[in-house]
Amino acid sequence: MNDPIIPGGGVTVQKPQLAARESGEARTALHEKVSVRDVSFFYGESKALKSVNMPVYERKVTALIGPSGCGKSTLLRIFNRMYDLYPKQRAEGEILFDGKNILDPKQDLNLLRARIGMVFQKPTPFPMSIYDNIAFGIRLYERLPKSEMDDRVESALKRAALWDEVKNKLGGSGLGLSGGQQQRLCIARTIAVRPEVVLLDEPTSALDPIATAKVEELIYQLKHDYTIAIVTHNMQQAARVADYTAFMYLGELVEFGETRQVFTKPAKSKTEDYITGRFG
Amino acid sequence: MIDQLRYHRRRAVNGVVMGLAGAAAVSGLLILGIILGTLLYEGFSGLSLRVFTESTPTAGSPGGLLNAIYGSVLMTILGTALGAPIGILAGTYMAEYGRNTRLTMTVRFINDILLSAPSIVIGMFINVVVVYRMHHFSAWAGGIALAFLVLPVVVRTTEDMLLLVPNTLREAASAIGSPRWLVILNVSYRAARAGMITGVLLAVARITGETAPLLFTALNNQFMSTNMNAPMANLPVVIYNFANSPYPDLHQLAWTAALLITFTVLALNISARSLATSRFKES
Repeated sequence: MNDPIIPGGGVTVQKPQLAARESGEARTALHEKVSVRDVSFFYGESKALKSVNMPVYERKVTALIGPSGCGKSTLLRIFNRMYDLYPKQRAEGEILFDGKNILDPKQDLNLLRARIGMVFQKPTPFPMSIYDNIAFGIRLYERLPKSEMDDRVESALKRAALWDEVKNKLGGSGLGLSGGQQQRLCIARTIAVRPEVVLLDEPTSALDPIATAKVEELIYQLKHDYTIAIVTHNMQQAARVADYTAFMYLGELVEFGETRQVFTKPAKSKTEDYITGRFG
Repeated sequence: MIDQLRYHRRRAVNGVVMGLAGAAAVSGLLILGIILGTLLYEGFSGLSLRVFTESTPTAGSPGGLLNAIYGSVLMTILGTALGAPIGILAGTYMAEYGRNTRLTMTVRFINDILLSAPSIVIGMFINVVVVYRMHHFSAWAGGIALAFLVLPVVVRTTEDMLLLVPNTLREAASAIGSPRWLVILNVSYRAARAGMITGVLLAVARITGETAPLLFTALNNQFMSTNMNAPMANLPVVIYNFANSPYPDLHQLAWTAALLITFTVLALNISARSLATSRFKES
C-alpha cells in the first residue's frame, strides 16, 4: 500500500493525456502550469486529501480557501514536496508540473524547490544579514561576481517593494526588521532564485492590515511573471488577489473556478454557505 | 463584592513564598561569595610571577605551578578537541537527521547516563582501557578521559539547541532548494550557534576542575614535561596532593592553584553566559 508511484507506468499513461491537453490549451490560451491529478494525502494513517483534481494556470493567481483543517495548506505543501521532510507523510496521485510528474520518487527535490518557491505563514528570515538572506538562495545555483550579485539582491528587494526601506542596512540582521518587512524579505528571497511558481501559505495572517495591503499589492505585481498559488483563510483576500479560487472542505475539492464566479455564483451550495459565513 | 479576607490571605501567602524564594537566592549567592572570598584571601597572597615561571617544588624549596598550568591547559585542549567535534556531530544527527528514531533515543538515554556518571568512573575506565594497555600513566590518557566528560555535555547542548531552531526555518531554507547539509550548516547552526558555543564552553569549564579522572590517567609530574606519553602535572591533582601534604608552603600553592582554577571557570561561565545573551538579543 505504501509503494511509491511507479515512474515507468505513470509516464506511459500520462503522455497521451498530456498531448491532448496541450492542443486544448492552445485554443484557450491558458497554460496549465501545474495539474493536480487524483491527489490524495496521508499524515500517517489519516487521510487529509481525497483525490483532488485541479489546475493551476500560468501567470495567474490561484487561491485555495476553506475552513481550518480542510487540506488547503496540505495541498500547497505537495506542490514543492515540502512534506518529504517528514517521514510519515505521503502523497498519492500525480502532480504534473509542465507535464512532468513531480511526485515521481526520482524527482530531484532541490531542483524542484528552486523552480517552485514558497513563502510561509510566519516570516522566516534566516539568521544572517538582509543581503545574505537574498544571496543565500542565489548562491545555491549560481556563481556570480560580487557586482552581479549586488544587482540581483537589489532587484529582488525592489520587486518585493522593500529596497527603499533596507537599502542603507543591507548588512544588518534580517531579524531586525518588522514583521511585514520580514515577510517581504522572504518573498524577495523566494523570487531571487527566479522560480516559475510561487506558493504562498497564508502569507499575511501574521501581519497588520497595512503590511497585508503591501503584500497583496506585491502579489498583484508578481503575477505578471510568476504563477502564484495562495492559501488564505481570509475570503476577502482571495476575492481581491485571485483570478481562480478553489474551495476545499474536509480534504475534498468542492469547487474550482474563476474567482468572480465562485464568489458571486457558486455552483455548489456548500461553497455558498461558506463564503456567506454560514459555517467555517 | 471582593472578599477582603480571601484577598489578604492570598497576599500573605504570596509574601511568605516570595520571602522564601528570595532567601534561597541570597543564600546561594552568599555561599558563592564566601567561597570566592576565602579563595581570594588565602590564594591571592601566593600569586607571584614565580607561580607562572617555575615548576612545582618539593616541600621547603621555592617553586610555582608552571608545569601544572601547562598540563591542565594542554589536556583541557586535548579533551575538548576530541570530545566537542564528536559531540557536535552526534547532537546534529540526533536533532537533524534521526529525530525520534530508535538510534537517537538509545543514544540519548546512554548519553544521559554518561552525563551523570561520576567522573571517577570515567577515570577508572580510561585507566583500564588506555593506561593499563600502555603500561604507564600519560597525558594522552588524561586528555581522553576529559574528552569523555566533554562528550555528553556537548551532545546534550547541541541537540537541545538545534531542537530549539524552529522547523519553519528549516522548511524555508529547503523551500528555496537548499540541500539538507547546507540547511544545517547555514541555517540551523547559525540559529543555534550561541547555544552550541555555550555548551562547549560549559564543558570546558567542567573539565577544568576535574581531579578524579586525571588522578587515574595523567597522574602527576613533579617536573615540567611536554611529553604526551608521560605522566603530566595538572592543577586539580596538584591541589589534591598539596592540600593533603603537611607543609604550609605547599598549602599556599594549593590555595593559589584553586584560585586560578576557580576564576578560570568563573570567567568561562561568564563569557558563555554573555555570549548566549548577546547573540540571542541580536537574533
